[in-house]
Amino acid sequence: MSRPTMRERFYAELGPLLDAEPRTAVVLAVIGASSVREVSARHPERVIDIGIREQAMVGVAGGLALTGIRPIVHTYAPFLVERAYEQVKLDLGHQDVGAVLVSAGASYDASTAGRTHQAPADVTLMSALPGWTVHVPGHADELARMLHRAGRTDDRVYIRTSGQQNAHAHPVDGLLHVVRGGAHTRPLVVAVGPILDTVVEATRDLDVRVAYTSTPHPLDTRGLRTLAGPTPVVAVVEPYLEGTSAPAVAGALADRPSRVAYVGVPRGAELRRYGTPKDHAAAHGLDAAGIHARLKEVVG
Amino acid sequence: MPTTTVPPPVLTLLSRVTGDEKHDPSAHSTLDVVWVLYDQVLDVAPDRVDHPDRDRFLLSKGHGPASTYAVLAAKGYFPATWLDDVAAWDSRLGHHPDRTLVPGIEIGSGSLGHGLPLAVGTALGLRLQGRTARVVVLVGDAELDEGSNAEAIAVAGRFALDRLTCVVVDNRSDNLGWPGGIAARFALEGWATTDVAAHDHVALRDALRHTDSSRPSVVVARTVAEEAAA
Repeated sequence: MSRPTMRERFYAELGPLLDAEPRTAVVLAVIGASSVREVSARHPERVIDIGIREQAMVGVAGGLALTGIRPIVHTYAPFLVERAYEQVKLDLGHQDVGAVLVSAGASYDASTAGRTHQAPADVTLMSALPGWTVHVPGHADELARMLHRAGRTDDRVYIRTSGQQNAHAHPVDGLLHVVRGGAHTRPLVVAVGPILDTVVEATRDLDVRVAYTSTPHPLDTRGLRTLAGPTPVVAVVEPYLEGTSAPAVAGALADRPSRVAYVGVPRGAELRRYGTPKDHAAAHGLDAAGIHARLKEVVG
Repeated sequence: MPTTTVPPPVLTLLSRVTGDEKHDPSAHSTLDVVWVLYDQVLDVAPDRVDHPDRDRFLLSKGHGPASTYAVLAAKGYFPATWLDDVAAWDSRLGHHPDRTLVPGIEIGSGSLGHGLPLAVGTALGLRLQGRTARVVVLVGDAELDEGSNAEAIAVAGRFALDRLTCVVVDNRSDNLGWPGGIAARFALEGWATTDVAAHDHVALRDALRHTDSSRPSVVVARTVAEEAAA
């Protein structure tokens, strides 16, 4: 039963990626270094661990990219996105260069570690910066495909790994995919990334359609308009800060009367508890029971 | 002929940079360094701004770009008329430079503490590709307050980035000071250090031309104001 986590898969894919793409280099700030020893031994100059220095980690990535290197940058989401946010904004975006940022921890994988290691706002923050693509893979296979594809481009790509994953991988083409269809008049529930299986379970007895995406930014607004129809009733279940997708959804449906709800990590208060990720999901209403209750309110 | 002072035409170009009064002293404190770099040190040219083997000059202290703009105009990177409407709507030159708008500007800067980490990454990237181009980054003494510089100074030392030079323009603008001196902070992390007077162009040129084969270099360039205070 021990299939690899997304994070383990990320480390395992770095060897093949560095072998296949000579321009790539991995930049670390200690986190992950012990998991990439093999690839580091094979490509000692292309696995750069600069110590516990996240500002410099992103700044160094920007400098590498200015010379044509393709940096893969990795640490825990709060240190990658929040601590080094100005570096992400200026040393990558403002310099008009790219990088692949791969985070670990998601919203509350580090439930026992507390707030310091949790970053439910990461997708919101990355979506606020120009030119970024934000991937939230729902399966290790999806992560691997996203990583290798991103490694071949010069784009600015954020990939958010999660300890939770779905039973099966879905396409990673950035589009919405119908997982459970039905009459187009039925409400549409959009599940993002690793929350899909929970959403499917939560909607078993609800008269709704379910669609999936692993790329919440930029959102497949064309697909959303098509699926949502002329009088949309939509719920977006996003396993991070609630309402993160609201600007994109509102923009997509601006020309039609719609009812939209967002189900994610609540914005109101810090959850000052430890326990397991499952405990946190339940506390946030992001387990099957919680999602079921919220969706019932929305879609009747 | 190498000059020993900034030539009058360059000073005239500098005076054309208007609308930057707020930052005047800091802009002028960098003039000696930038002029000597472009005139006598760096392997750069206006027709090679994208060449992978060009030397890189990174102006980290982006709030004082006037002297860099004047030197780039003097060296033919863009028309001198660009200097006449800095920070206007139609101008490519702002109070903080943008690399995507100005030929010869290697980094967009303005927020302090970004140039040195970018320079470290640039030096690492060039080394990875077997290139020997130099990377010279200019920071201010007050800019060193930003903790990101401490991170980068350590990383550059541990990675022995021998093609990296940091020029610290020291006009003693740092409010809390640097007890023991600025160079000592780099020396502790394994950098080769030189202290020079910024207006002594011969000493400045020699210091900037020198690189060490096994470690990064720092040149602390004291301005006249700093000399007087010392």
